[in-house]
Amino acid sequence: MIEMPIIDQAKCNRCGLCVSVCACGAIVLVGNTVTIIETEDCHWCTNCEAVCPTAALTCSFEIVIEEE
Amino acid sequence: MTIDTAFLKSIPYFSVMNSVELETIKQSFSEKTLQRGEVILREGELSDTLYFVVAGAVKIFKTSSQGKDQILSIARPGEALNDIPVFDGGTNPTNAQTLGPVTLYSIKKDKLQSVMQQYPKVALNATMVLAQRMRQLVSLVEDLSFRHVLGRVTKILLSHAGDSDGTKEHLTQQEMAAMAGTAREVVARSLKALEEQGHIRLERHRIVITDRKSLEDIVADSG
Repeated sequence: MIEMPIIDQAKCNRCGLCVSVCACGAIVLVGNTVTIIETEDCHWCTNCEAVCPTAALTCSFEIVIEEE
Repeated sequence: MTIDTAFLKSIPYFSVMNSVELETIKQSFSEKTLQRGEVILREGELSDTLYFVVAGAVKIFKTSSQGKDQILSIARPGEALNDIPVFDGGTNPTNAQTLGPVTLYSIKKDKLQSVMQQYPKVALNATMVLAQRMRQLVSLVEDLSFRHVLGRVTKILLSHAGDSDGTKEHLTQQEMAAMAGTAREVVARSLKALEEQGHIRLERHRIVITDRKSLEDIVADSG
């Protein structure tokens, strides 16, 4: 499974801004629903999160300490 | 190309106008479509056109002499681009670049002035839009200059870090911004700075702390 941005459909207002800024085509509108397709082409630019006016889209980072 | 008066009504500048008035001014606008990554405005250049985002998103940013970008804001549908040089006659203070396909409406400065003379309520709305923009910029200036945001972001990273095989917490830049009491743009800048200094490594959906001791020093120094 490839980690992908997460969308909260309850918060999403279907404005489509995330679809328009996604450079790898991972975010698409299927009917009236914003859908995220798993792809390794997603480089976690987080632009979708940045433009979302309702904070429905999240690109979280796991924070780890590298073993020395 | 048809200028949509219903959309014009949704723009804060023109929200006070009725549909008859909007019909009379719509011929002053042009529509423009742009692809991803196109530069709309370049810092330092003269420009006499006010733009409104109709569809898509535009990043407004400054670039330092070392080539580092600082995003000031993201303009979404209904928001204006380039009001400062249009009103003060100076050069563009910022760059503007599309984040995806974008549709803009544009109006030349002389035509905008005619609209404002004919409908002073538009000028009144424009001052409100500019005041809101100034409020947002003052807040960003405060964050970038006075607050020890780097120290706070660093502290958040350390306190939410898991080891490589234990429980790992997940945080978005938006969440880190809320925790640090700052803007998302400032968190992005802080993370980039920490990476450039070699303290962390930004990977796809992972922030790897490579030098824990240095991060602890940054937190200690920030008081």
